[in-house]
Amino acid sequence: MFGRKSFRGGVHPPEHKHLTQNKPIVTLPTPLRVVIPLSQHTGSPCRAIVAVGDEVNEGQKIGESTGFVSAPVHASIAGTVVAVESRPHPVLAFPVPSVVIESKPDATAATAAWTKNIDWRTLTAESIKDKIKEAGIVGMGGAAFPTHVKLSPPPGKTIRALLVNGAECEPYLTTDHRLMLERSDEILEGVLILLKALDIKTAVIGIEKNKTDAADLLREKIRRKEAAGEIAGDESVRVATLKVKYPQGAEKQLIKALLGREVPSGGLPFEVGVVVQNVGTAFAVYEAVVKDKPLIERVVTVSGDAVAEPANVLVRIGTSFRDLLAFAGGVTGSDGAAAAGVEVPGAEAQGVEVSSAKTAGPAEGAAPAEKPRAGYKMIMGGPMMGLAQYTLDAPVIKGTSGFLVLKQGDTKPSVACVKCGACVDRCPAGLMPYQLGNLSERNDFAACAEFNVKDCMECGVCSFVCPSARPLVHLIKYAKLNLAKQKK
Amino acid sequence: MSDRFVISSSPHFLTRGNTAGIMWLVVVALLPTAVAGVIIFGLPAAFVIGVSVATCVATEVLSQLAFKRPVTIKDGSAVVTGLLLAFILPSSTPFWVVIVGGVSAIFLVKQLFGGLGFNIFNPALAARAVLQTSFPVFVNATTRPVHSILSFDAVTAASALNAIKEGTANVHYSLGDLFFGTVPGALGETCKLTLLIGAALLVLFRVVDLRIPLPYIAVAALLSWIFGRDPLEAVLSGGLILGAFFMATDLVTSPATPWGKVVFGAGCGILTIVIRNYGGFPEGVCYSILLMNCAVPLLDKAFRPRVFGTRTSALRKTAAAPKGGSEA
Ligand code: SF4
Ligand code: SF4
Repeated sequence: MFGRKSFRGGVHPPEHKHLTQNKPIVTLPTPLRVVIPLSQHTGSPCRAIVAVGDEVNEGQKIGESTGFVSAPVHASIAGTVVAVESRPHPVLAFPVPSVVIESKPDATAATAAWTKNIDWRTLTAESIKDKIKEAGIVGMGGAAFPTHVKLSPPPGKTIRALLVNGAECEPYLTTDHRLMLERSDEILEGVLILLKALDIKTAVIGIEKNKTDAADLLREKIRRKEAAGEIAGDESVRVATLKVKYPQGAEKQLIKALLGREVPSGGLPFEVGVVVQNVGTAFAVYEAVVKDKPLIERVVTVSGDAVAEPANVLVRIGTSFRDLLAFAGGVTGSDGAAAAGVEVPGAEAQGVEVSSAKTAGPAEGAAPAEKPRAGYKMIMGGPMMGLAQYTLDAPVIKGTSGFLVLKQGDTKPSVACVKCGACVDRCPAGLMPYQLGNLSERNDFAACAEFNVKDCMECGVCSFVCPSARPLVHLIKYAKLNLAKQKK
Repeated sequence: MSDRFVISSSPHFLTRGNTAGIMWLVVVALLPTAVAGVIIFGLPAAFVIGVSVATCVATEVLSQLAFKRPVTIKDGSAVVTGLLLAFILPSSTPFWVVIVGGVSAIFLVKQLFGGLGFNIFNPALAARAVLQTSFPVFVNATTRPVHSILSFDAVTAASALNAIKEGTANVHYSLGDLFFGTVPGALGETCKLTLLIGAALLVLFRVVDLRIPLPYIAVAALLSWIFGRDPLEAVLSGGLILGAFFMATDLVTSPATPWGKVVFGAGCGILTIVIRNYGGFPEGVCYSILLMNCAVPLLDKAFRPRVFGTRTSALRKTAAAPKGGSEA
């Protein structure tokens, strides 16, 4: 095969990773208050099992999963439950039931130590999966799909390989990169645990070429583990370097790049005998299985051209973006002055659409001719797929890989499509984004379906390359939303 | 409180390249040929270019005002059309014919269809076709190169293609003349040297997609060879180079799908040579591209890329599916 593993289409946007890639992970001091949404994953929301006034310990389960595709949530700090009510959510456009926990400012309650060291090799695959489920682990790359579900292939499907996603192709984000450098042993243990849970022998860790330090380190650690017999003779764990190209970390593109196989349209990786897990998930699995520690904290890259001191921060789930941003030195104003703790139009802005279109027609930059005044854009996730935030009160959740604040001074005007074909050339899904955009704009959703709109993964490549700055992803989301509504 | 957060769909940053940038780059790429046109055909050529560009820009402003659309002359597309229209007219064209051409290009062909991005036909070529039907005498005339730029008299002569077509063996142009453009013809089509320099610039900046001009030129050369003519001469004469690199590649009126582009280019090549050999006109570039413009929606539909994770291309799927279903 080719030396540089890749897939069709894609782009290479400016990486901006230098802002944080050499910055070791720092721990955010335990916040005095966390807001933990009961819905942090793909699937059914949790049911609260604590009430106002309850004292909770760090790591105590506070939300019980309500179905198979669901994951419990845990208290990320010790303290008192002060509210169980709807609060702003970073992904959903409306306030979501959440548990609010406050700790005493004197903080006599010591943070838990999580010092257990369970020998996972004595556990069965089933009990490993149970522990993963109980720990509330979900995909840490952003999609937040419950991990135990991904580890349970439907009957009749044979899994042959575990692909570990260390591509981290989104610009700005460096959480996986730092984790691989600083927690390589734990990640490799996590990979071995996952192999045992899946009862398979082969794992491939895919890392983009811009992180050779991480790839080299992991290779070195693998050699040592092999020498020490910790990786059995019939087991194979290897690292593959991938071409630096967005969206290399998209599940189907990663599989294509590493194995040369295409997951059928509309299908899951199971269908080509593969399970994909993110390196951050492997780390969380390690902590859950070996230390019995539920998923109560994660690494978040706080970055962007408007952030004073970009950093990779280990944060408790439920920490507000406000606290997180303040820790990173706040926002640098356009006049250069720090404007930390910017006040946000909170409640009255809650009706603002967040992730998907509610209105047809021109959007983002198209409608308002005037430039956003003193505009900042706050994004949870990366700049290509992340979600714009309307309030700093929203909390870090399990799927929060990054928090960015970008200056939005030079928005490109949106003009008519000139049919240049750049979007068609670059779309990794093989779609015709300009057509989807035009059809969606005309509310012709049936035609969008016929043009395979459901195969769009919303990677953002088409909008990114469009010289006319057409809001293609916005229009595609709008079409999908309407098609989903029609189904009901 | 003064801070406003911008809320919009991902992605949250975009490439720098923009449509206006592309258009102005095309203008830059056309300038050497404009200069060459003036050197070869004298000041009348400069006059035609000036009138054409001015008419196009003015028509764009006026029709956008009339249609109550935002005025977008800054995007450079009207300037591109003005230059291209001038390039396919002889330097002897009377100024009022040029004005009619410019108005047709921008008003009839572009703005009536909805403006940039919505027109079906290449505005410059369609305007040329309008003039061809209305004032054939003026636009069919081809002017001979002048010996001094300052010369004002445009002398008409049989173009190189006319000569070839009519077999008038006494006028034979060397490949060197054809390449440097010192032959009779429309004012911007003869100098291949500058056209190719401009094309190279556009290819370098990825504005021109070689998937159109290469099949165009290759197919045209091959067919001429089959028809028993010198392929190199066929490629270098007439407006083929100008058409292949600057007209057929017009973003709006060419396919957006990779294979659609290839077939579009090849189709232009076939039609050009067929018209040159069997048609009523000595040159086939203009009409071949206009004809292929009509086929663009079909081509884009037929050559949809293969959707990731599907086996057959959409082409075969639609071909196999019974007609009339949910097709848009
Ligand atoms: S259409 Fe969808 S999959 Fe294709 S580039 Fe656009 S966002 Fe990505
Ligand atoms: S990239 Fe933009 S301008 Fe080009 S075809 Fe796609 S939507 Fe149209």
